[in-house]
Amino acid sequence: MKPVAQISAWLLAAGVAGGLTTSCGPRETRVEWANRHQILLKGSGSEPKDLDPHVATGVTEHHIIMALLEGLVAEDPVDLHPVPGVAERWDISPDGKVYTFHLRANAKWSNGDPVTARDFFETYKRILTPTLASEYAYMHFVVKNAEAYNAGKLTDFAQVGYRVVDDHTLEITLENATPYFLPLLNHMSWFPVHLPTIAKYGPAYQRGSKWTRAGRFVGNGPFTLEKWRVNDVIIVKKSPTYWDQATVRLNEIRFYPIEDNNSEERAFRAGQLHVTETLPLAKIETYRRNRPDVFSFGPYLGTYFYRFNTTKPPLNDKRVRRALAIAIDRESLAANVTRGGQTPAYHFTPPGTAGYDCRTKLPADIAEARRLLAEAGYPNGKGFPRMELLFNTSEGHKAIAEALQQMWKRQLNIEVELVNEEWKVFLDSTQSLNYQIARGSWIADYVDPNSFLDMWLTGGGNNETGWANKEYDALIAAAASAPGPQQRLEFFQQAEALLLDEMPIIPIYFYTRVCLKRPELKGWHSTLLDNHPYKHVYLETTATTTNGHQ
Amino acid sequence: MLRLITKRLFETIPVLFIVATLTFFMMKRAPGGPFDSEKQTTPEIRAQIEAQYGLDKPVWQQYLDYLGHLAQGDLGPSFKYAGWSVNELLWSAFPVSLELGLYALAFALTFGLIAGIIAALRKNTWGDYVPMSFATFGICLPTFVTGPLLLLVFASWLTWFNASGWEQPRDRVLPAITLGLYYTAYVARLTRGGMLEILSQDFIRTARAKGASEWRVVWRHSLRGGLLSVVSFIGPAISGLVTGSLVVESIYQIPGLGKFFVMAGFNRDYTMVMGTVLFYAVLIIVMNLLVDIVQVWLNPKLRFE
Amino acid sequence: MSPPQPITEVEAGHSLWQDAWLRLRKNKMAVAGAIFVLVLALASLTAPFMPGLSYSNQNLALGATAPSAAHWFGTDDLGRDQLSRLLYGGRVSLSVGLAATLVSVLIGVLFGMISGYIGGRLDALAMRFVDILYALPFTIFVILLMVIYGRNIYLLFIAIGAVEWLDMARIVRGQVLALKKQEFVEAARALGLRKRRIILRHMIPNVLGIVIVFSTLIVPRVMLTEAFLSFLGFGVQAPQASWGTLIQDGARSWEEFPWLLFFPAGCFSLTLFSLNFLGDGLRDALDVRASKD
Repeated sequence: MKPVAQISAWLLAAGVAGGLTTSCGPRETRVEWANRHQILLKGSGSEPKDLDPHVATGVTEHHIIMALLEGLVAEDPVDLHPVPGVAERWDISPDGKVYTFHLRANAKWSNGDPVTARDFFETYKRILTPTLASEYAYMHFVVKNAEAYNAGKLTDFAQVGYRVVDDHTLEITLENATPYFLPLLNHMSWFPVHLPTIAKYGPAYQRGSKWTRAGRFVGNGPFTLEKWRVNDVIIVKKSPTYWDQATVRLNEIRFYPIEDNNSEERAFRAGQLHVTETLPLAKIETYRRNRPDVFSFGPYLGTYFYRFNTTKPPLNDKRVRRALAIAIDRESLAANVTRGGQTPAYHFTPPGTAGYDCRTKLPADIAEARRLLAEAGYPNGKGFPRMELLFNTSEGHKAIAEALQQMWKRQLNIEVELVNEEWKVFLDSTQSLNYQIARGSWIADYVDPNSFLDMWLTGGGNNETGWANKEYDALIAAAASAPGPQQRLEFFQQAEALLLDEMPIIPIYFYTRVCLKRPELKGWHSTLLDNHPYKHVYLETTATTTNGHQ
Repeated sequence: MLRLITKRLFETIPVLFIVATLTFFMMKRAPGGPFDSEKQTTPEIRAQIEAQYGLDKPVWQQYLDYLGHLAQGDLGPSFKYAGWSVNELLWSAFPVSLELGLYALAFALTFGLIAGIIAALRKNTWGDYVPMSFATFGICLPTFVTGPLLLLVFASWLTWFNASGWEQPRDRVLPAITLGLYYTAYVARLTRGGMLEILSQDFIRTARAKGASEWRVVWRHSLRGGLLSVVSFIGPAISGLVTGSLVVESIYQIPGLGKFFVMAGFNRDYTMVMGTVLFYAVLIIVMNLLVDIVQVWLNPKLRFE
Repeated sequence: MSPPQPITEVEAGHSLWQDAWLRLRKNKMAVAGAIFVLVLALASLTAPFMPGLSYSNQNLALGATAPSAAHWFGTDDLGRDQLSRLLYGGRVSLSVGLAATLVSVLIGVLFGMISGYIGGRLDALAMRFVDILYALPFTIFVILLMVIYGRNIYLLFIAIGAVEWLDMARIVRGQVLALKKQEFVEAARALGLRKRRIILRHMIPNVLGIVIVFSTLIVPRVMLTEAFLSFLGFGVQAPQASWGTLIQDGARSWEEFPWLLFFPAGCFSLTLFSLNFLGDGLRDALDVRASKD
């Protein structure tokens, strides 16, 4: 075996540390090679759980699947507003409840079959089928009777709000007028799948069909699945059957699942990636200062916060919760601890979420915090029971927890103990309310305040604070059936004001997305959901493009 | 010897059975499940997922089902990677880890044995301290420090190697050294200790007095006895080496087994936990059997009991 | 090949230890190692009584700064004094290193000795038991311990000791199996000496060397295992640190803040180097036959 001998020789040479000079000299980096071939090399975070859009759940998976599949609408590469996808146009009824999509005639699956309204209908039936147990089925709950069908309360799918008018016309009837319906269609749970293919490799209405392998996957997106090696690489190639292939300029995209952000940064530096998923905390400052040409920075629709367990004293007293929430110096946290340009959060929904900006803001008022604490019976922290602050193990969470601990100690004279747990134990603890204060984060699934505010409904699956408020529930319900967009946002304003008064959570900061991106990567804009429609992306080298980073 | 091997292979079955049983129930007792995530699903969907994987049945029923599949060599579907079975994932990653592990082992044995033997022959001189210091380097710095250091020098500054990936033959070099350095230290120290033990025995003095060359003293007379503890150590060490290391794999982006071994537990990927544990158990048993055989070969007096 | 000669001149344990002590004192590297470890241990032990040393006091505006007159070892990204964190971390790491290693050595030597000496069916059973323990998943074992017993520093020693003794047991067993067949042991048995006496007088002195050498190899493993357990929430709790967690954190930002890796890793390495030289020295000092040189 030749490589074996070669490697042994290398090993020996490197071990003795001599005689290697002959092989030196600038080698072509992987990026340079890829530029010549229009191949995008992308760090993609973690290994995808699956490439079935109805089984996968994460953002990582979504960013790969959106290369392979296309929904009724697509996204604009700059601000993600809905643009024609498989549907070339659509009509909305005056009451905003009925959408009629007109599908283009030339949309094709990668096996050559035409993409029809029936494909979408069958797809939506699949994701709502209870036995598939799709975790993102709830994205369809805005559709009439979808929730009932998914819960098994309704067995006749004809009663759900999807209707095939003809091969190229699909009608969707909603429960209520939903202003964020079109953006919603860009979530992978709305992407079509090719049912005959799924059925060929396993049960179509259950998990575990092995249809998502390279060579089997049939999609309708701008790219087709070429290779999938677990923990190594996923390669997609330009699709010859895609209706808009004239727009597609990349020949190939390679997704590298590099979980360790330091390894990812090293790979980028060595010219092995065009764009990374993240950037290590410690490196942000260095890159911002020295390499503005590759440093990419933008808002990201998510909030970092802490949950209070509101069921146990002393945190069942909203004055205590407010005192703790107010006493935090968010500016200092953002400037000195998180250091990624995060915006300090004085409310919960990130500013500018689909035209919504929360009016109510938490004060940054230490005196007020002390007063509230004294009012609750703990003047200057006297008699305040020892409390635990729970976070899942991670360097970033630890730094924030340590800073909070110190701030509360200094400002309120309160002792808080830090407890870290491994991820699954942590989830178990928070979900079973077995904590006092616990870290949390929320990344929106779609651009709308509802994605942030409906999680605090009484008994909501992601509430996990024990907080229950009838008035709040009523406001969110009122927003859902509000007659117009302005009234709707007004209900959200009132709801969030109430949330900030009751304080079952402590907002800390709004996420930003920081990553490294080579200058030759074009058509790649910083977007709120970090989606980048790949058909608009291309590589263009200029003579001045530098190589690597010293 | 054949009797020993058959007897030991026969013992494998109860050992695997005990390992499988203990692991199964330990795993079930640990908090958190494979389908817990930060975003909660509805209880109905949750129930459906659990039903599909048989998690709604009583634990003893799940256990019996698992054993049934296991008896047919089926380790089940991975809970975390929904489209793959544990068999597929393990068998695709094992060749990678095996290859890396063998290079690392070769590195560790070569440099460890040389350093250990030289040090033993030059006891308490610089000829002892210098090789031992080099050999000790590997345990004094954890792999998550040596790996990035090697990368900085050889990939970033000298650009001899890629910063990550497992494509070209040269991609094997740095990971093998990183992983091997750790074991080098063990081999060197155990060799030095074992050799000294032998070198001070009377029969060596006799050999030397008779004018045997230093080479002959080491090669013919001492190595066999001196390597006893190295051999004891190397059995489990090989099992560890060829099942990968999460740290080395994530530093160099290697699609090996280590990640499955470590992350299966964290993900509560029940079938993957069982799969990796049983895989490792088989390796350990086989390696320890080999060790016992080699020990007899090194010391014929032992005979096979 | 002439057979190895037995140790027969161990007349009194007393003089054996005295001789060993004299020999150890002559070994410069071993003495230097011992002094270094002792000084470090003393500094760590007395850290809480030193005014101005605090592992948790933050200065967020200061952030990570290089070594200076005010902070000899620099500060970390929360502006905490690195020297203080290192000394406090030494308390954790050195005590874990010592205690857990002792636990694992005790269990390992006893187990390996008995298994190897008695042999036969007991040996086979014992070794299969070891195989089983090798295979069990450590992460889940630790998580379970924590769930059942809560966070507890003594459990930390047990958890680590419980996994680290396996190699030791196998090594000792291998040695004992070989020793058992040597003439002097067979002679002792033929003379009707009792098992206890044979083990104490003949076996232990002969495996001591390899046990010491291997113990020094366990120490770094134990210290890094502690860092892993901290990850599981079982080791030191933030804002406290240990050398292992300091190295882990430092390794993430060493290109920007090299001092955050250099000092903890330096401390860790020097301690291990010292222990290794001390271990080699001890081994040599206790090597009865070599002492005739």
